[in-house]
Amino acid sequence: MRESAKAHRRKETALGYFFLGPQLVGLLVFMLGPLVFALVLGFSNWDGFGTMTFAGLKNFATVFTDPQLVTSSRNTVWFAVLSVPGQLLSGFIVAWMLQKVVRGKSFYRTFYFAPVVTSSVAVAVIWLWLLNPDISPLNTTLKKMGLPAPDWLQDARFTIPAFAVVAIWQGIGYQVVMFSAGLENVPKSLLEAADIDGANEWQKMRKITVPLLSPTILFLSITGIIGSFQIFDLVFVLMGTNAPSASRTIVYEIYQKAFVEFNFGVACAIAIVLFLALLALTGLQLAAQKRWVHYTE
Amino acid sequence: MTTISTLGANAVETVAHEKDVRTRRPFKWTQIPLHLILAVGAVGMALPFAWMVFSSFKPLGEIFLQPPKLLPIQWAPENYTNALAGANFGRAFFNSIYISLTVVVVSLFTCAMAAYGFARIRFPGNNLLFTIFLATLMVPGQLTVIPLYIIMSKIGWVDTHLALIVPPALFSAFGVFLLRQYVRGIPIELEEAAAIDGAGRIRSFFTIILPLLRTPMVALGIFTFLAQWNNFFYALIFLNTEDNFTIPLLVNQFKGQYSSDWTGLMAAATLAAAPLLIVFIIAQRQIVEGIALSGSKT
Repeated sequence: MRESAKAHRRKETALGYFFLGPQLVGLLVFMLGPLVFALVLGFSNWDGFGTMTFAGLKNFATVFTDPQLVTSSRNTVWFAVLSVPGQLLSGFIVAWMLQKVVRGKSFYRTFYFAPVVTSSVAVAVIWLWLLNPDISPLNTTLKKMGLPAPDWLQDARFTIPAFAVVAIWQGIGYQVVMFSAGLENVPKSLLEAADIDGANEWQKMRKITVPLLSPTILFLSITGIIGSFQIFDLVFVLMGTNAPSASRTIVYEIYQKAFVEFNFGVACAIAIVLFLALLALTGLQLAAQKRWVHYTE
Repeated sequence: MTTISTLGANAVETVAHEKDVRTRRPFKWTQIPLHLILAVGAVGMALPFAWMVFSSFKPLGEIFLQPPKLLPIQWAPENYTNALAGANFGRAFFNSIYISLTVVVVSLFTCAMAAYGFARIRFPGNNLLFTIFLATLMVPGQLTVIPLYIIMSKIGWVDTHLALIVPPALFSAFGVFLLRQYVRGIPIELEEAAAIDGAGRIRSFFTIILPLLRTPMVALGIFTFLAQWNNFFYALIFLNTEDNFTIPLLVNQFKGQYSSDWTGLMAAATLAAAPLLIVFIIAQRQIVEGIALSGSKT
């Protein structure tokens, strides 16, 4: 009897690994292996051809001292500061209004969501043209209204804000869907009870809706920051292979260092620092959640 | 058979947040301002697309008209024939379609297998491996892409479609996680009944689990398709020759070659965006549910 139980357990283990098989191979070959390799590369000098030599912390020193890399990091942070709150706020407002309307929800949702499914290259091409000062209807309208109409992609002060506008436009639909899902879960009974107590819309929003949505807000701000720190497609398509200093972002630098200059060591060092920064930011957000995130269950 | 599919539907509904509740309440006048604001926003969202589509039908001179006009005065459909002739769009479409579809089919199958293994089979290492899968969701692609490129070039996969197909087909932590949650929602009694009838693990995976996973697999499949179709970063890194290009790469290259040919560029961007917008309009519900699922706390 005990022997057969053992045999059964062995068979179950074999079956378990059989079912995991393909994904386990993928995990090892395309994730864990490259991860270890990246750590090794970050501490070495290598261009992909010659011999690999140990570099110590040299690559990491470059990440923090190279003036262009410092500027690119600042650009990326500035982009996140502009785009993440912009997306969250606009997404929340639209989702809140959509919840209020009785009819036409999915009609509006189609419009707000369309840019989410559109290839970022196509999006960038559209905006390449909308941000061109000579032919853009946007700039013509601004001029007509007596407002300054800047050269968005060439004027260093406006490039990152222009990226943020495009990112908000492209990302708002995703935020709307996530906030709508969250709003569905706000119990109607709570809002009705508040109505009876004479609460106005603003009070209901502050005291009921926003606290109950706080897990959604936390999730979206964590994923939003992670996403915004990885911005690349937009920069690359809008600015090309020789982007001016003021428009470069961290992942653009990773691409340049690795696949244009073939300096794999520095490229991996940048990627490792990016990863650690994201881990730290996510950790901070998770640590701070006790102060403001409320879970109903 | 009917009981099984109802049970599956219930399991699905517990996870799906997005539900259209169709209430037939009378129209309220107080809603007009809301509709106005939402409609202005919707126009703002649609206008860049509209400019793109209409400009792609303008002769080049009209692009520079001041003040600009949305509709073409003179229609120029030849922008499309020129764009199609100048760059190999047919080829790129084919590449994009078969790469995306292959990834979807293989990835769905391997994810469902792993999901079943994690959710149902007890073996040493189950929990540890699942934790590792989840942890990899935190790793940014930029960190692994450099070693991946070196590995691919060592085995000769650079500038082949295998580099774009095999990694996402064999590894998707998100897909495994999502499907595992669904498998856990399927009542274990179904499999026990099948086991009494003599069905083994493999048989019950094919006859019970896979059919019940249809709904989340459709959502995950559309999700995966969109991600692969729009994949620019990896395609840019792994592909060099134009014959191998996918749609996003081709549009980007088109931009470089014809930077002053705005009408051709708009035609190219329209060709790149249109198939996805059509897929989106058809499969809207699944896409929205799939997105909402990605953030559901579990």
